[in-house]
Amino acid sequence: MEIIWILAIPLTGGLLLALFGCRSFAPELNAMMSFATFVASVFLAIRVVNDGSFSAYNEQFFVDSFNVFLVALTAFVSFTTSLFSRPYMRIEQAHGKLSINMLRLYHSMYQLFTFTMLLVLLTNNMGIMWVAMEAATLTTVLLVSLYRTPASLEAAWKYFILCGVGLAQALFGTILLYFAAEKVLGAGGTALLWTHLDAVKHQLEPTVLSLAFVFLLVGYGTKVGLAPLHSWLPDAHAEGPTPVSAVLSGLLLNVALYVVVRSKVLVDGALGTHFAGDLMMGFGLLSVVLAAFYLSRQKDVKRMFAYSSIEHMGLVTFAFGMGGPVATFAGMLHMTVHSLTKSAIFFAVGHATQKSGTQLMENIRGLISTNPTIGWGLAIGTLAILGMPPFGVFASEFLIITTAMHAYPWTTPFLLIALGVAFAAIFSRMQEMVFGPATGQRLPHPPALIPVFVHLGLVLLLGLYIPPYLADWYRQAAALIG
Amino acid sequence: MLNFAGQLINLFAAMLLLISFAMLSQRRVLSLINLFALQGLVLAVSTMVVAYSSSQHHLYYSAGLTLLLKVLVLPWILHRLIRKLNVKWDVETMFNIPTTMLVGIVLVVFAFNLAAPISQMAGTITRGTLGIAMACVLLSFLMMITRSKAVPQVIGFLAMENGLFFAATSTSYGMPMVVELGIALDVLIGMFILGIFFFQIRETFDSLDLKHMEKLKED
Repeated sequence: MEIIWILAIPLTGGLLLALFGCRSFAPELNAMMSFATFVASVFLAIRVVNDGSFSAYNEQFFVDSFNVFLVALTAFVSFTTSLFSRPYMRIEQAHGKLSINMLRLYHSMYQLFTFTMLLVLLTNNMGIMWVAMEAATLTTVLLVSLYRTPASLEAAWKYFILCGVGLAQALFGTILLYFAAEKVLGAGGTALLWTHLDAVKHQLEPTVLSLAFVFLLVGYGTKVGLAPLHSWLPDAHAEGPTPVSAVLSGLLLNVALYVVVRSKVLVDGALGTHFAGDLMMGFGLLSVVLAAFYLSRQKDVKRMFAYSSIEHMGLVTFAFGMGGPVATFAGMLHMTVHSLTKSAIFFAVGHATQKSGTQLMENIRGLISTNPTIGWGLAIGTLAILGMPPFGVFASEFLIITTAMHAYPWTTPFLLIALGVAFAAIFSRMQEMVFGPATGQRLPHPPALIPVFVHLGLVLLLGLYIPPYLADWYRQAAALIG
Repeated sequence: MLNFAGQLINLFAAMLLLISFAMLSQRRVLSLINLFALQGLVLAVSTMVVAYSSSQHHLYYSAGLTLLLKVLVLPWILHRLIRKLNVKWDVETMFNIPTTMLVGIVLVVFAFNLAAPISQMAGTITRGTLGIAMACVLLSFLMMITRSKAVPQVIGFLAMENGLFFAATSTSYGMPMVVELGIALDVLIGMFILGIFFFQIRETFDSLDLKHMEKLKED
């Protein structure tokens, strides 16, 4: 029952906002819808914690501890982002960047985007996963080009074409998967259901599955932003409105990686080797290293943090690639803390760029003296994302690196150098933006910074103390995906 | 009968490959759209033959869906778009055509090699055509890379989807119906969004040439 609510609320929200999106209460309606989705996801999470995993509606939907934690996270971050977007979009409108119709499009697509992500997470059918993933691209492409500037149109075009081509590879991978499954499970609707595939994974044809995984990884990996397929990501993050950057970075990348991990479980079972893990480790490590060096050369603040997202997603992919209970636990913890921290940073960055009227870092100065909350939010968020103790990112990065030291010692220098380069680059930029003589104007509406501190507070909590039921939850999920 | 159907399907597969090459070498946008519609038609007919010879009834629906979407609706939208945008006589610059064709031949050889071990495992009467399906996907990919205008890139994208659809029919008699419907819906919505997008690009750049859109680069 909860599943229907979780999917129906954002879907109706999208339709309602398409009708009433031009009214003045649209931002509040958007936030209310997101809040209702979040409440439904909490009920679902409680049910899974109590009763364990279950499938529903003719096995078309499947919930276990791995995806329910992502459902809760997705619903939570889209709720806080909708709170942030309320004043943010009003300020953009006051600055004359957006018309009322663009706002209607924005609100409607925001809800539909949430719907597609939740559908990817909840469906049991690998084919529907693909369909929903493609729909997630379609709903966000017009959001990236919302401002209609030449740069934003270019970014949206790149996003559309690159992700479209990437997902076409993933579709081919899905076709190959279906081909292998149909031999064992017979033709028809059940051969793409993940639970059925999982039950017979040892009988699936290894050659077909390894080829399928290459296509699935390259395809969905484009959406995760793995190097060298990442080139859409910094453009889309930099040119779209900031709430969209926050949900793209904090949620969409996680959801795409979720599909890769689901496929990895099947391939591991069929092959009995570490082939899938090795591929993921390779892509992950390359992303971490490349992104760290790219981000040190950025001038645009949102581009810099977009590269930081590539780096962190690379790290999570690397952790899942290593496999084993500790690395998988760390990977999931890192997914959680990264999406909380990175969206908090984008909230602070969004208001900072509105104050300065530019995204160029050299023109953003002295945030702390003009608006201490934005300044401190950015400073603390940056420290958290750079992996300073006592924040949660430190805990997960520490676990990932120590596991890598034991299992794959040769990767340690690459990881440490990349993290060091990223630290030096982001930390010095952050200092210049936060401290120093002030520039910038007053905002026409008071900024929304409660979400920033709620997120950072949670990240701090996860660094100091992981509640036992949450740790159990992660551990169960880690056992599921191996 | 089965043998005859198999040969018929091979013939259609060869035609699909030929159309892919024709699209690769075509300069005019209008002819490109017609070729795309023709490709859809061949695809629909071959799906129908597969459906008849293997008595897989759900394939009739997907053949009908292909006919409706890829032969009628999408080409109609594209025709309308280029009439409104007035780009029909646009002769575009691209890489030298003979070189592109040679690269295309290399891709076909590569696709056949990649598909060989898999098509041996397939139990369908269409198993020999997986290599061709993969070649079509790769050729459309090549077309997208070598074109500098927005409309041909989109046609390349749609042709790639055709190739994937053909791959699904030739390995396993198509995907489950619900997935196929979902894919068709995505393609249709994608086309509408692209239509809106073309107008936005035109308004901002006064042209649909993607050469104007190379500002966002790492330096």
